[in-house]
Amino acid sequence: MKFSYFPGCTDHSTSVEYGQSTLAIFKTLGVELVEIEDWNCCGAAATHSINHLLALCLPARNISKAQSAQAGPLVVPCAGCFNMLKRTQYALKNDEAKRKEVEEIVGFTYQPSFEILALMDVIVNRIGLEKVREKVKRPLTRLKPACYYGCALVRHPKVTQLDDPENPQYLDRLMKALGAQPVEWSYKIDCCGADLALTYSNVVKKLVGRIVSMAKEGGAQCIVTSCGLCQANLEMRQEIGLPIFYFTELMGVAFAVEKRETWWKKHMISPKGLLESLGLA
Amino acid sequence: MEVEKLEPVVQAEKIAPSFLEEAKRRSGEDLSLCYQCLKCTAGCPTAPYMDIRPNNVIRMIQMGRKEAVLGSSAIWLCVSCETCGTRCPNEIDIGVLMDALREMAIEEGIPAKEKNIHLLHEAFVESIKRGGRVHEATMLIDYKLRSRDFMTDLIPGMMLFLKGKIPLLPSFVKGREEIKRIFERCKK
Repeated sequence: MKFSYFPGCTDHSTSVEYGQSTLAIFKTLGVELVEIEDWNCCGAAATHSINHLLALCLPARNISKAQSAQAGPLVVPCAGCFNMLKRTQYALKNDEAKRKEVEEIVGFTYQPSFEILALMDVIVNRIGLEKVREKVKRPLTRLKPACYYGCALVRHPKVTQLDDPENPQYLDRLMKALGAQPVEWSYKIDCCGADLALTYSNVVKKLVGRIVSMAKEGGAQCIVTSCGLCQANLEMRQEIGLPIFYFTELMGVAFAVEKRETWWKKHMISPKGLLESLGLA
Repeated sequence: MEVEKLEPVVQAEKIAPSFLEEAKRRSGEDLSLCYQCLKCTAGCPTAPYMDIRPNNVIRMIQMGRKEAVLGSSAIWLCVSCETCGTRCPNEIDIGVLMDALREMAIEEGIPAKEKNIHLLHEAFVESIKRGGRVHEATMLIDYKLRSRDFMTDLIPGMMLFLKGKIPLLPSFVKGREEIKRIFERCKK
């Protein structure tokens, strides 16, 4: 089994531990990831906020490169990048005039059968939880995470086509497969405030504060995410010291992959104490 | 005998009757379907900070209040979380509408009421234009220079830098010419 892989810009910066843990667990799972050659930025929310056409063409260049690599469906770890690529795919599929315009600008022909998938979706539904269970060496027994999906993975559902938009379950099922006990809580799809962190951090502090305190009230010892921006906001804008993991990091702990301690050094709130207290360090 | 004249007490707002059709065409959303259930506003994370709430944005478009809508803080405070569009019983994608309204405001030369949010978007897009990928360090410096807001959020920035999460060296794409061409063709 192999997939085309879009790491995204934050792979080299704010979410370097997400990329490292992704590569490590795929090695354990024996699934190949083929990085798209010379990929470019997806454009992010900033681009679709001010230039609609550019926000379709930037992801389209990546789709074009992934299509011609013929290395399987395109896998995207970052929820934000995933959303941008899916928005473009949605326009290419449903708006003929836009498709022609984008194809002409980028210089490619869109293949309607080409798939774009979120990393979480690939692990849960393509590789499968059976395979995940097989690879667990140290079950995360006694770990109670709050699974946080945020916005970009599940909304707009007509675009992302991933899980239930109000009460998604993929991440919860994955955590259970690792032996953990995900908590029930009401804020799994609430927005963290995204890039308002740079312009109005007080708003983000308020939104994050509510998400984190609700997770704690639900009995969670940590929050699990799949988005670089959510992870950074949740870690840096809270005041109660709740560790924030990428889901791939917890898979790495359960699979007992090597060098996982290097990931914790990248965290603003070190999860080492929590892992030690559960015998998972 | 001199006839007494009655003068208007308030100056009427300029109404643009074509605004509804224009907003419909630009967003591709049927804004006439809105029956003001307020689900969009109830779920919006930034609505409490907006001068006009999402449901009012739609109502004001229906009334042709173009200047008020395009000059609002609401269109800039929307973070595209898509909670509104997901929950709208009439399937109006309000997030997509907000994108269209921002584009219209830029084209009409209406200054963004939330200037810094617009400047941040511009700095981000410029960063992609330079190298095909975002380089956080230069993008943040560019934003600080544009906004002249040098003091806000220095500590989180320093924390990220100390964790090695803001690399000094950029990672550019090889196909810079392709990126340049795409930007040229998408120029407004």
